Amino acid sequence: MSGFKNADGKSVLLKMVKAVQDNKAYLGEVDGLIGDGDHGMNMNKGFTVFETRFKDEDIGFTEGLDELGMILLNEIGGSMGPIYGTIFMDMAEAGEELEEIGTRELADMLAAGLSGLCEIVEAQVGDKTLVDTLSPAVETLKQAAEEGKDFKEALEEMKQAARTGRDSTKDMVAKFGRSSRLGERSRGVLDAGATSCCIILEAMADGICEL
Amino acid sequence: MQRILNNPDDIVDEMLKGFLKVHADIVESTENPRVVKAKDIPGGKVGVVTGGGSGHKPAFVGYVGKNMCDAAAVGEICSSPTAAAFLDAFKAADQGKGVACLYGNYSGDNMNVKMAVKMAKKAGITVKTVVANDDAASAPKDQREKRRGVAGEVLMWKIGGAKAAKGGDLDEVIAAAQKAIDNTRSVGIGLTPCTLPAVGHPNFEIPDGMMEVGIGHHGEPGIEVCALESAAQMAKRMVDIVVPDYPFKEGDEVVVLVSGLGATPVMELYVLYDEIDRALTAKGIKTYKAYVGDYFTSLEMMGATLTVMKVDDELKELVDMPAVSMGLKQL
Repeated sequence: MSGFKNADGKSVLLKMVKAVQDNKAYLGEVDGLIGDGDHGMNMNKGFTVFETRFKDEDIGFTEGLDELGMILLNEIGGSMGPIYGTIFMDMAEAGEELEEIGTRELADMLAAGLSGLCEIVEAQVGDKTLVDTLSPAVETLKQAAEEGKDFKEALEEMKQAARTGRDSTKDMVAKFGRSSRLGERSRGVLDAGATSCCIILEAMADGICEL
Repeated sequence: MQRILNNPDDIVDEMLKGFLKVHADIVESTENPRVVKAKDIPGGKVGVVTGGGSGHKPAFVGYVGKNMCDAAAVGEICSSPTAAAFLDAFKAADQGKGVACLYGNYSGDNMNVKMAVKMAKKAGITVKTVVANDDAASAPKDQREKRRGVAGEVLMWKIGGAKAAKGGDLDEVIAAAQKAIDNTRSVGIGLTPCTLPAVGHPNFEIPDGMMEVGIGHHGEPGIEVCALESAAQMAKRMVDIVVPDYPFKEGDEVVVLVSGLGATPVMELYVLYDEIDRALTAKGIKTYKAYVGDYFTSLEMMGATLTVMKVDDELKELVDMPAVSMGLKQL
């Protein structure tokens, strides 16, 4: 597999929606340990609004990402609204002209999402946020593109990098967000944003492979 | 979960519908269903806006009204309003003299307000902000910028709203609100956890017979979990956290606000207040004015917060000004 048609990407987005819906309770539990427990609920609400509005519409991958980002930013709020809203909308902007999306293109899109995020939050790798999941996933995909790897193989490696990144947050002390006020008490628990980001990236990769 | 609900996902919108019907003499809806504005905002004054997640009734919409906030942005339960809602609240409050956005220090609110202020600038509205960080238990004193905003926000809105009503310009309103929050310290004690309706069960525990000192308004863990104490001991503990932090000194005059967290009977708040007053009096701190009731809650959590604000002549005059909002009515 070398890539997928942007216009055929709606099922990838719906796969991401399903993954968030299936993990609503789990994300709430992870968030409840050191946060306020609303993460699963709000993510589920935003992604479900997207599903309701677009499941019967003819919409491509980047166009759908932009709509999903706008729903999160304008209708959900919280901290995840601006964070995921920015990631998805900047990904969409970076890929809107593309007909075909392969390893290189997806890497560039995710990199654009990450750099957009870095403009609104100061978090870096090691701060126990979703940057710990997203950043290694982007780097791995970029590397795979350099090496000319098959898309499916690259996506598998990206998933692994995302999981490793997510798991790395367990031993970190939070520096941003509500959990940062707990200092050492935040150690030993996964970061909710890093967890949801991993779920979304895995679902995105699986959705692409199923095309 | 023993709650009065339809679909838990709709609770915020349904609550607003009821709220707007009951308080139609004070507030009205706007085009944005997540923005509530005061009725008949006097022209030519600085707009005062707040906003935050739901589940803290009367905050935040309950402090929209005469000589208080002019508009509030409403978020999901325990979750910041959108940048779009903050922007629409700025627009609803703006009378051409700029807008003071007075809100609490939470990462989501910070991000959404930041984006909204940028958008407002493009739309020609000047917005300045004061970020409340009165919760003394939420970070060490040398990291005040990390502290959360809690019930001290009520006093910040009272002061900022009064200053704007008196004709203060934007910088004066901001300075008064900033002075109010800088002079304020709070601490909470939680006795039971709270449940987000859409989650259906508490996301943290406080065992029977225990209490959590320094708990946040969303159940953020406190600084100590210990055995449940008497009202007198609780009051002493709260006063001993709040007083040295500012520090409030002998001879200071203060406004005291004791708020329930949602499920504690107001009767018990008066018991707690009496003990707090004794503890403050013993330190030579004089209470100029006190508020006791459910001013800033946390769903159905049991417990209370103590907020103390040092007042000078300017703050006394602003605190004493009449106000009409659902959460604070003062003749």
